[in-house]
Amino acid sequence: MALFEGLSAKLQDITAKMRGKSRVTEQDIKEMMREIRLALLEADVNFTVVKELVAEISEKSKGVEVMESLTPGQQVVKIVHESLVDILGQTNSKLLVSPSGFTVIMLYGLQGAGKTTTAAKMALMLKKKGKKPMLTSVDVHRPAAARQLEILANSVDIPCYIQPEEKDAVKIARQAVDRARYLLCDTLIVDTAGRMTIDTEMMAELKAIGKVVNPTEKLLIVDAMIGQEAVNVALGFDKEIGLDGFIMTKLDGDARGGAALSIRKITGKPIKLICVGEKIDAIEEYYPDRMASRILGMGDVLSLIEKATANLDEKKAAEAFDKLKKNQFTLEDMLSQFEEVKKMGSIKDVLSMLPGMGNKAIPDEHIDEKAIDRSAAIIRSMTKKERHNPGILNASRRKRIAAGSGTTVQEVNRLIKQFEETQKMMKQFSGMMKGKGRMPNLGFGKRGFPF
Amino acid sequence: MGIFDTFRKGLQKTRDFVADGINRIAANMGFFDEDMLDDLEMLLVQADVGAACSIHLMSKVRQEIKATGDASRKNVISTLHREMLDVLGQAKPLAFEKGQLNILLMVGVNGTGKTTTAGKICARYRKQGFRILLGAADTFRAAAIEQLTHWGDRTDTPVIAHQEGSDPAAVVFDAIAAAKSRGVDLLILDTAGRLHNKANLMNELGKIRRIIQREAAAAKVETLLVIDATTGQNAVTQAKVFTEVAEVTSLAITKLDGNAKGGVALAVAHETHTPIALAGLGEKLDDLMDFDPQAFVESLLPIHQA
Ligand SMILES: Nc1nc2c(ncn2[C@@H]2O[C@H](COP(=O)(O)OP(=O)(O)OP(=O)(O)O)[C@@H](O)[C@H]2O)c(=O)[nH]1
Ligand SMILES: Nc1nc2c(ncn2[C@@H]2O[C@H](COP(=O)(O)OP(=O)(O)O)[C@@H](O)[C@H]2O)c(=O)[nH]1
Ligand SMILES: [Mg+2]
Ligand SMILES: [Mg+2]
Repeated sequence: MALFEGLSAKLQDITAKMRGKSRVTEQDIKEMMREIRLALLEADVNFTVVKELVAEISEKSKGVEVMESLTPGQQVVKIVHESLVDILGQTNSKLLVSPSGFTVIMLYGLQGAGKTTTAAKMALMLKKKGKKPMLTSVDVHRPAAARQLEILANSVDIPCYIQPEEKDAVKIARQAVDRARYLLCDTLIVDTAGRMTIDTEMMAELKAIGKVVNPTEKLLIVDAMIGQEAVNVALGFDKEIGLDGFIMTKLDGDARGGAALSIRKITGKPIKLICVGEKIDAIEEYYPDRMASRILGMGDVLSLIEKATANLDEKKAAEAFDKLKKNQFTLEDMLSQFEEVKKMGSIKDVLSMLPGMGNKAIPDEHIDEKAIDRSAAIIRSMTKKERHNPGILNASRRKRIAAGSGTTVQEVNRLIKQFEETQKMMKQFSGMMKGKGRMPNLGFGKRGFPF
Repeated sequence: MGIFDTFRKGLQKTRDFVADGINRIAANMGFFDEDMLDDLEMLLVQADVGAACSIHLMSKVRQEIKATGDASRKNVISTLHREMLDVLGQAKPLAFEKGQLNILLMVGVNGTGKTTTAGKICARYRKQGFRILLGAADTFRAAAIEQLTHWGDRTDTPVIAHQEGSDPAAVVFDAIAAAKSRGVDLLILDTAGRLHNKANLMNELGKIRRIIQREAAAAKVETLLVIDATTGQNAVTQAKVFTEVAEVTSLAITKLDGNAKGGVALAVAHETHTPIALAGLGEKLDDLMDFDPQAFVESLLPIHQA
């Protein structure tokens, strides 16, 4: 796969002209820096940040020599990526916990950034980790805002304190703290109303609420689609209330998310979590290297792989991998791979995370959600012996299997072919990743997906 | 407050930013050299105008300088002004007429202001004596129906709603039937926010659009794409994909009252040529204005700057 599709390709173009030269010239660098600047601006990275970054990269690129192994373009791409990762932060920084045993997390942000949804997601995440969270909404401004939080909380059985009729946010906040302590909760998550940082009255309200709930962790919720204003928003909130970190939302979209870079660079505060969907479990850890790849246009391949491996049954995966190394991968294993793939969600969702797929709505006729089901049905219609020795699958056996699985002989043939290709590819692959414990999804076959 | 003043207030920060920038660039010189034109281009990028549209605008400025030999500050600014207006095109406010069925379909990505804008539009046409019906076709987001119902109550407008989690297409179907049988002038359909890269959700919208076509073939249909002015260059992709799937006829740019730089309006108009009909300037019922290109550009880049 082409790394950094657009940018990378352009840098390669520029350096293609230098073949035969031993050193990258000033002019080459200038051209490359122009492309980098454009790519970062298109990704909504703040202009000032772009300027500083490009100056740094330009300096680092000066030493680049034309080598055999990597083209100067590739070397510069590497430098760009590393510089981004550097800024985006070493840590996937942990949430703060109050030594008092009662932690208060307060969420801030512009209107529609995703505060309410994120509040519920965090509560569920903490609950899964054995904490006892409570939610409260002090949004007295947007209609039905408190009800939105309550519905989400109820759906995952987390206590939620709201006062939809009360217009005094500070009063609700005070009562929420009392309630959380009374219920012996260890964490209170406070969802606030969206606001613009230039709205002094609304910013004052935040301070008043803060005095009452005394937050341990003050998090800004940032929409990944935000433009050049991201820095001012972050600085505005930080100046008024003092932020501890950020959460980026809507990263399931195809926005490059340059704001992450701008905010990290300008404020130095950590990004604590990322949100990748509207559903209440769509919250994930943050990885700087993935964010860097995304901003540069490499898509979300790594996140996808992570998602695949997270849903995989580790033990089964290890077994399959073992077999793979010994060249014993069977149709039986392929069946269990299909079952794992199903756990990852719909093919469309998975596809939408792939680079280059981002902004193309994939027409329905190209996606067959049932393909995996049918493939699984075919294998299930085989005898144990057949599953382990696909060599014995003659025409009459194939006909029987087609009838048994409600498919056609052509489909059975296709599946077997796909299996053989997977086997072949995996043989090559196993050589490459000797000793690595984790394994990519096998069921995708040679061309990516089984359809 | 007149249209002009409202825009001016909303875009105050951007205007100051642009004015400061221009002052910085052109300092005491009174004319623009090549480096200064580059700086001006970058100033536009910083106001979210985006690389493509900024380059377009500045190439026009450069052409003008080449043709006239006049690189004075006055000429540069007024050319930029003129070209921005050209990008935005003619003002084209929503034009619904009483006495027939009009349908307004609200679409957009998550959290841009669809429901709020639906409420504001409802309030505006109620004042003009329209019989209106609201359709709660966001059946996905928690309490979305209650949020819309709030605006219905505020404007004394009935709301057609099913349960949360039900099929939005069915809501649309019922809402159209009710609109027809009650003889309303305007049916406003609020839909769930959806990211344009989710094929299944976009298909759902396509289906809604087809139901409207089929069930209300005689109605005047407007599809309004709501774009948040704080959005960066992703807004351009949003506009493209939504236009393809849902036949967007007009845009509304919301949240122009605050942090937004506002330049994204130009980026989107440059790319799609879809007219911007409305501007959202706050969270209250009357914080809605017809988008006036002249007033907008003048707020962004005052001609007296020249
Ligand atoms: N400042 C400001 N806030 C706005 C404007 N329009 C909407 N909002 C706020 O933005 C947030 C999201 O608005 P909604 O109307 O719920 O947006 P939506 O597109 O319906 O959101 P979903 O249905 O959740 O996708 C709310 O907090 C609104 O009050 C505006 O013009 N200016
Ligand atoms: N696709 C997507 N939508 C999100 C995400 N987080 C929130 N949303 C949606 O964005 C909209 C605004 O979210 P909400 O939580 O109400 O934002 P708030 O106004 O900041 O409280 C809603 O439609 C949410 O469903 C996310 O990570 N991905
Ligand atoms: Mg909220
Ligand atoms: Mg809504």
